[in-house]
Formats: sequence, structure tokens, C-alpha cells
Amino acid sequence: MNPLAAQPQQTPPTLRTRGGAPAVLTARAEPILWLTGAALTACLAMIGLLLGLIAWNGWITFWPRPVMRVQTPDGARMGEVTRQERYRPVTEAETVTNRLVRRRLLRTGNYELSGTHFHWISDEEIVPDSETHPEWAIVVERLAWGRFYGTPTEFRVENRPVAAEPAAVWNAFERYHSEVRARWRARRALEKDDIGHVNAALERERLRLREIELRAGPQSAPYREAAAHYAEIEQNLQKEFQRIRAEIESLDRENARFTIVLTTAEGRAQTLPLADIVRAYPANRLSFRDRVRIYLARWVEFLTDEPREANSEGGVWPAIFGTVVMTLLMALVVAPFGVLAALYLREYARAGPMVSAVRIAINNLAGVPSIVFGVFGLGFFSYTVGARIDQLFYAAKLPNPTFGTGGVLWASMTLALLTLPVVIVATEEALAAVPSSMREGSYACGASKWQTIRRIVLPRAMPGVMTGMILAMARGAGEVAPLMLVGAVKLAPELPVDKSFPFIHLERSFMHLGFHIYDLGFQSQNSEASKPMVFTTTLLLIAIILLLNLAGVRIRQRLRQKFVGSVF
Amino acid sequence: MQHSTPTQPLTPRAGEQRLGSRLAAIAAGQEFPTEVHPELARETISLAIENFSLFYGEKQALFHIAMGVPQGKVTALIGPSGCGKSTLLRSVNRINDLLDIVRTEGDIKLNGTSIYAPEVDVIELRKRMGMVFQKPNPFPMSIYENVIYPLRIDGETNKRVLDEICERSLRGAALWDEVKDRLHESALSLSGGQQQRLCIARAIAAEPEVLLMDEPCSALDPIATQHIENLIDDLRGSYTILMVTHNMQQAARISDYVAFLYLGRLLEYGPTTTIFQNPHVPDTLDYVTGRFG
Repeated sequence: MNPLAAQPQQTPPTLRTRGGAPAVLTARAEPILWLTGAALTACLAMIGLLLGLIAWNGWITFWPRPVMRVQTPDGARMGEVTRQERYRPVTEAETVTNRLVRRRLLRTGNYELSGTHFHWISDEEIVPDSETHPEWAIVVERLAWGRFYGTPTEFRVENRPVAAEPAAVWNAFERYHSEVRARWRARRALEKDDIGHVNAALERERLRLREIELRAGPQSAPYREAAAHYAEIEQNLQKEFQRIRAEIESLDRENARFTIVLTTAEGRAQTLPLADIVRAYPANRLSFRDRVRIYLARWVEFLTDEPREANSEGGVWPAIFGTVVMTLLMALVVAPFGVLAALYLREYARAGPMVSAVRIAINNLAGVPSIVFGVFGLGFFSYTVGARIDQLFYAAKLPNPTFGTGGVLWASMTLALLTLPVVIVATEEALAAVPSSMREGSYACGASKWQTIRRIVLPRAMPGVMTGMILAMARGAGEVAPLMLVGAVKLAPELPVDKSFPFIHLERSFMHLGFHIYDLGFQSQNSEASKPMVFTTTLLLIAIILLLNLAGVRIRQRLRQKFVGSVF
Repeated sequence: MQHSTPTQPLTPRAGEQRLGSRLAAIAAGQEFPTEVHPELARETISLAIENFSLFYGEKQALFHIAMGVPQGKVTALIGPSGCGKSTLLRSVNRINDLLDIVRTEGDIKLNGTSIYAPEVDVIELRKRMGMVFQKPNPFPMSIYENVIYPLRIDGETNKRVLDEICERSLRGAALWDEVKDRLHESALSLSGGQQQRLCIARAIAAEPEVLLMDEPCSALDPIATQHIENLIDDLRGSYTILMVTHNMQQAARISDYVAFLYLGRLLEYGPTTTIFQNPHVPDTLDYVTGRFG
């Protein structure tokens, strides 16, 4: 027993015994504990909800769903159910009803026939018992026009039908499709790489000629000589171009022999060239393993291929590449600048009102809206520095800008500027945390200030600098607004790093996952179809930022083990 | 040197009655000349501290210190906390200069060359002294790199020279046998006592004229302390050692001379045995026997 409780008379009235209610609420721990706990729980719940929503919607996008066929007064519809909701139907008799009716959004595709990708199907308008899952309903993903839903009725080789039964048609399709796709890929490589090569060579020659023209004048002897040389080369390249074109045409002719005829739910037959089909599958005949295979194949396509159909289908490889290259380039630019600036501020500048003012300015820089950095980047980097570089080094190409427009280099530098405060502040803190015993030890050995900083202070502060870099990369990789001004574009199949000389093309505009999300969500013409892609792309962006951060954390851990250890 | 004049009687305060009254008189603002024992006159002086005063901003921390540190001997600075032992030690290699507010008067001479003359290159000066700190402060690099750090910053790149000096210094610091097989591991993996010996190896790598030690054992356990004390004993003769210590037994065990500082003044300076057994100033006896401080 509590001795005080046993003698309540002797306790002064303001003091309470243990277990009794104290005079004021704040004297007790529980309400504050509950308050803080609740705040944390609320935060975690919101973050968890957001991530959960993105993760779930992102994961299920590529799962092949069954195909449903229904009969309505407007005709038969066939497609995949993408979502459903309940609504209160409005009829002529009653303006307000209390009945709740389900309606489902059916992705019916066949855009060239129906003029729409989706149909709302209300349960009320379905002809009773007409809802079926046809065994041979085929989902076709095409290069253009979106998906096609139908049942196979004929497979043709050179306009001669070779199969008419659905099963036979499907067998024929599976037999020929992969070889047609292989030819199509070869054709695309020819178009992109070989013709691209010819074009690049032609452009190079044209620029050389233009340079001579600018230097010597259009009437001069060297120019006429060069022009003749150019004409010769152009002729050769033209021949090369014709050869490649002929090759492409022969591949096209070969591919054009194979077509498949599908009949829609309304009974219209449509002939599809096999070369236009990216993927097709009988949605209602799939086993679980088939579904997993299609699901994974779609992920692979998403991660490694180029986008098609206004970015709502296909892959996002150029955007992944652009995001990573831009973020790493940004880290490369911001690290030396931030560290050097912090070194001066912390190690060399004499503390005083000036240094305090600079610190406040840097901290405020972190609060400037990012679009302002975008405007600055466009005005300063692109239009001032870039235009100057063009005049000096790329005069022959003008009026087409090289560096005088948005590009991955300018985007990285703009974001570097944006994330500079984070790096400076983190580095300053890390420098301040280096124990003075380290510095004194170094000075006592006869080291100069710079030797001490370079050999002792900086290595020791590196983990802290990495923390700053991690924060900067997380911020930079997720930023979109300034990028729209300085080089991120909707579609840029040419990557900033590729096989053509000089391999790194920092002047090129690039795709970025953040911008891609914006473009899918708000600029797409087929917004219903691109909505799931928004989630998937967001999931991917989060995953990439997470990966970059994990890499940073790993490096930091290594540095810490190496330079900080468990010493005092 | 002579005995100083007797002190004026002061009103005794509680608890201080038995103490020699000179300390109380200093606290009250009186000045006394330093009691320097005649034995020091026979020594060769390596480090001559001449009428040295030091100010932290407005506050004076050292008052006209004058003492000669004998060559090849171990000299201990003792005194209660805040008496200026460490400040004096750190003034010798001008580590105190790193603070903007520090101002000095007087001079210190290292084998005849002035340390505080305006034309002195501090960095070159520090290379002539080694310093060991209170807490072991190995640098975040390998054991090998730690030891040869003073040579690295001097631009020495000859691998053979570096290896040789590394081995010699580690042997000198009685650490070689323990670390010879892992020279390229991080110095931070060593134990506290080993780290401190590593710091001593680093301090003697550049063959300094003077070795400064600022309470080198205060962060160590008794066994590690024993190691360091043995080491200091071994280094006696080859190096002029000036060390700060809080531990009276340690000062009695390993030092040849002891200087007793109080409130920034050097009170008494003489051979260890005399200081501990028969000091000229009664207050010193009070301090070393633990009746005060």
C-alpha cells in the first residue's frame, strides 16, 4: 500500500496521491499520449491508404479479365468490365427514383466501328438472360485504334482462307503470329536504326557543307567543291535509303499475307492484319497460368517497350530511362556545388550577420515554388546559356536550336538548383557534427586547413552529405512542374544515351515518369483506358524513387562504417 | 630561486582553515612569484615558456607563466580543474589559435626559435611537435594511414620510407605486435587503449622535438593506462614530454618534474619527488595529498 494513501489527512490538498486524479489535465500523461498517438496513427493511415490505393490499382492493371457479352436494345455488346457503380435511374414517368441500379462500364473497343472505347451497361437495359461469357471471345491489343473484341471466324493467307472454325483459326494465329511479329520488329529496327543512321549521316554532311558556306561564302571555290562532294554523298545515301526501304517493303509484303477475320458482337466481320496485333488471347479460355503469363508479359512490355497510342498503351521505357538519367545527372551537378558552398559557409566564412543572411536566403530558396525554377531554367539555361552555346558551336544548325531549347542537361541543372538548399543544409549539419577532436588531431600533426578538411572533415561528413543527396534525389525525381518548361516531353523515343556518336546527347529532350503521369491523366484522349496506366506509372515512379533512395542509403551505410565507426 | 615572502593573514573560511593560505590569497587577487626549484637550473631546456599570458576574450586564463621544460624528461602539469593546464599545453603548439577570441602575451621558444613571433609558420611549427589528446582521436582511415598521416600531408609518397616509419612508430608506441597483421584495417576497430597508443605512434611518426600529452589516460581503463604509462616511461630520454594529468599517482609514477598550476598561475615547479614529499609551498602539499582540489 502507498503510505501516503494510508494517511490522507496529512497530504497537502494540492498534492494528490498516486492513482488519484491530479488537479490539472496536462499533469497527466495519458491525454497527451493519446493525442500524439492519434496524430501519428492518422498520418500513417493516410499515407498507407494512398500507397495502398496506388499499389492495388497499379498491380491489377495488367491482369487479363474475362470478356462478357450482353444483349441490349441498342444491340449486342462484348468487352471487359472495368468498373461498376450504383445509380438512380431517371425515367420519363418519375423524375426522382429511389431505386439503386447497378451499371457496369464495359470496355468494348472496336473504335473504328463504334467510335467509342467504352459503354455503360445498366442492369435495367440488359435483355434477360443474355449475359454470357463466349468461349471464343478474343481480346486483341493492336498497334493502333485500341483493343478489338470479337470471335475468330477466318484465318487468311494471301486472301485464301485456311481456317474457318474458331479453334482452327486460333491455332493458325498462334502458329504464324510470332514469326510475323519477328518480321515486324526487324522492320522497325530497320526503320529506326538503319534509316536513322542514314539520316544522321546526311545531316552531318549537310552541316559540314553549311559550315563551309558560313565560313567561305556560297560563291567560294571551297564551297562549290564541298557542294559537289555533298551531292555525291547524298546520292550514295539516297541509294542506301532506297535499299533499306525496299527491304522494309519486302518485309511488309510478307507480313501482309497473313490476316485474321474477327466477328464482333453485333455480327460485323473485321479483317485485321497480323502485323498490327501486339497480343491476342482468348480471355474466357485462359487457365490461371495463362493469365499469369499474360500479366507478366504485359509488365515486361510496360517496362521495356516504347509507348504507343498516345502513351495509353505499350511501355514507358524511355520515361524510366529519362527519369533515372536526369536524376543521376542532377545528383552529379548538385553534389559538388552544394558541398563546396556548405564548406565555405561552415569552414571559411567568419560567422556574422552576412553568413546568417546567406543561410536564411538558402533556406528560403527551398520554399520557392518549383515552377519558378522552371521559368528560370528556361530563361537562363535554355534561352541565354543554350542560345550562346548554339551561336558558338552549332551555328550551322541554326535556326534549329541544339542547346537553345529544353533538354535533359538543362532540366538536371534546373532541378539541381531546386535541390541545392537541401544539400547545403544537410552538408553544413554534417560538417558541424564532425568532432573537434578530429580537426585538432589533424592540425596538431601539422596539417593545413584544406588538408584537414579534405582528409579528415569531408570523409567524416560524407554520410551526412549522402543524407542530403538522398533527400535531393527524392525531391528531384518526383518533380514535374519545372520539367515541363525545360525539356520533358510527351514522346521522345530517342534516348539521351544511345549508340550513335557521341553517345551521350545531353541536348535532347526526354520523357519523364512524373510528366508521363500528368500526360496520361489529364491530356489523354482515351482517359478511361489510360486511368489504370496512371496508377501503374505512379507505382513505378514510387518504386524507382525508392530504389534510388535505397542505393543512397546503402552508400551512406558503407561510408558510415568506413569513416564513423562506433568510436565515441 | 628563493622562497617567497610569507602571505598576509586572511580571514579563514570554513573548511579552508587547514589549507595553506596562498591559494586563498591568489583567489583574492594577490600575486606570488613562481617557486622554481634549483634542480631545474642544471637541465638543458628544450621548451622555454617566457612570461606567457593568455586571454579568452576579456577573461585572462594564464598569468605570466615562466617555465623551462627540460629536454628528454617527462614534465607533468598538475592542478585543479580550470587552472589552465590544458590551455598552457595547447598554447605550445598554438592549437588555441583555432579559436578567434584567443589573445596571447609573452612568448614560448622551442629550442631557441620563437613560437609566437609574427613571422612563424604555424603549420611548420606544429610539425616539430606531436600531440596526444585526452580522448583517443584516430582518424577515420586505416591504422597504417593514421600513423603516416603527418608524412602524407607533407607529401611523402615513397612507399619504403612510409612503411619503415610506420613500423618504427608503431614499435615506438608498443603497438606493432598487436596490429602488424592488420595494418590496413580501420583504426576505429581498435580498442580505446590501442587507439591511444596509435595516436602516440602518429604523434612520434614525424620525429617531433616535443611531445605534448593532454591527460592521455583519462579516457582509458586501468590496464590500458598501465600500457600508456609504460610507453611514456620508454619514450623518456628520446623525447621531451610535457603532459597534463589529473592523476597524482600517475604524475608521481612517471614524471621527472611537476609544475603545479592554480587559477592560471604557476605556483611551484620542481623535481617530482620533492614536489610530492617536501614541496616548498605548503599549498602544493595540500593539493598533492588530496586535502584540496
